[in-house]
Amino acid sequence: MTPADILDSLFPAGHTVTAEGNLSFGTGSMSQTRSVHVIGAGGGGAIGIDEAIRLADHVLELTKDDHARPILLLIDTSSQKMSRRDELLGLSEYLAHLAKSLLLAEANGHRTIALLHGGSAAGAFIATALACGTLVALPGAHPEVMDLPSMARVTKLPIEVLQEKAKATPVFAPGLENLAQTGAIAETCDPALPLVDQLSALLARHHAGYDRAALGQQRGGRPKARMIADTVLKLAQARG
Amino acid sequence: MSTIHQSWYEAGARERVAVLVDRGSFAEFIGPERREISPHLAVFDLPAQFDDGIVVGAAMIDGKPVLVAAQEGRFMGGAFGEVHGAKLTGLLRAAKAMKRDVVIAFDTGGVRLQEANAGELAIAEIMRAVVEARIVGVRVVGLIGGRAGCYGGGGLIAGCCSTLIVSEQGRISVSGPEVIETNKGVEEFDSRDRAFVWRTMGGKHRMLIGGADVFVGDDTAAFRQAAMAALARPASLDATVLAAEQARLARRIARFGDAPDATDIWSGLGVDDPTAVPAMPADRFAALAAAHRENADDAR
Repeated sequence: MTPADILDSLFPAGHTVTAEGNLSFGTGSMSQTRSVHVIGAGGGGAIGIDEAIRLADHVLELTKDDHARPILLLIDTSSQKMSRRDELLGLSEYLAHLAKSLLLAEANGHRTIALLHGGSAAGAFIATALACGTLVALPGAHPEVMDLPSMARVTKLPIEVLQEKAKATPVFAPGLENLAQTGAIAETCDPALPLVDQLSALLARHHAGYDRAALGQQRGGRPKARMIADTVLKLAQARG
Repeated sequence: MSTIHQSWYEAGARERVAVLVDRGSFAEFIGPERREISPHLAVFDLPAQFDDGIVVGAAMIDGKPVLVAAQEGRFMGGAFGEVHGAKLTGLLRAAKAMKRDVVIAFDTGGVRLQEANAGELAIAEIMRAVVEARIVGVRVVGLIGGRAGCYGGGGLIAGCCSTLIVSEQGRISVSGPEVIETNKGVEEFDSRDRAFVWRTMGGKHRMLIGGADVFVGDDTAAFRQAAMAALARPASLDATVLAAEQARLARRIARFGDAPDATDIWSGLGVDDPTAVPAMPADRFAALAAAHRENADDAR
């Protein structure tokens, strides 16, 4: 689906989403009476300090809106911007600031939902899609922490060996199915059905911010994370 | 009192915890005796470590109860794997539930690539847990001055902390020097030019631009003293703080967005001789920083 197809399928009652470079902003009407805020990070672009500060500014403005309307992020990015300038100026602070803005919006009552319809990697993925309360994807989305050729360089393993190991475990290799098994992706949407109905169903469903470790355990991609975190929490509380 | 200087940079995670907390006060959660190792490293024929490279527990600092975590930079570069990350997530959830302050000694290259997907999710879960703890008033103090620095997702977690204490060795960034050079070329980033790397990502630069709050020498006792002071500072996280951070970070781009080098930024901040900064002793640098730096008080 193209970004325009996605917006049409999400918002049969129309939308005001307008592009600003690779970013986009506006509202979308699911029906005559129900709308959501829309933020796009698209075009497969990287997220650097300029993108992060612009996105965070918009999220913080929305947080002042006391209607607590849902915020929908449409994501198709590459990784964090890899540049001397962005690191010199403190990219880690800018990405953290964006993530904090999304997490605070959620804490203030906005549902935050990311729809991954293209790529997203590494720090950009953490600061956008993974900072939302719910992450869903369209088939063909291709999230990754690091591409296999780069991983081969860093781990000093031949790419053929990595490809072979990737068949045995979902825990390291790129791709939608692998990320889904570790619990990152709540569900994959069906592009043949109206996205507006699928978004309505997501908004109607109870949401807890800690769902991902449970999903990862059920799906087998993260066998220990939930148990370890729960155990530390219980031990700390028991000690008082 | 001992006056023997001990390097924070050279110390391991357990040594750091030992000097950070009041003597005999530390109780570890899921210690090495539990042997909760990574379930994934064996796929790569790599040795596991019984604590998966992180120590978490409860202790007292200057008589005040706190939760403490320390990463072991000498195991897998301190990187976040499934178990490693989940221990910190659990500790931060406890901090929120108990309204107990947290001190985190970072020493990490970021996500552990052999379990990249689990590590990436762990980072996201830790950031959520930091933010949720801070919203209820918990202080989350980060200490950065280890061998591995604080890179990748570690840098993003650090950016969520209420106070950051750094030494000169405390490099904070997202992409590491080698990763930028590999992807964008040596003209963009020469990872072998160590002086360039340190003035672009090192603790002194981060302190001057407001990326860190307290500067200390490479000394375990100095880190403890700074942690005690940070635990006495007010801390909050709400819309007002994030609006202030938005203004602070936007101003940084407006002032320094075209600066070709860290020394140009330092000069712009009013430092008379920026070329003298890298070699300056810690106490003199701390005084210089106090006079010229951008601060992030109530804006982080």
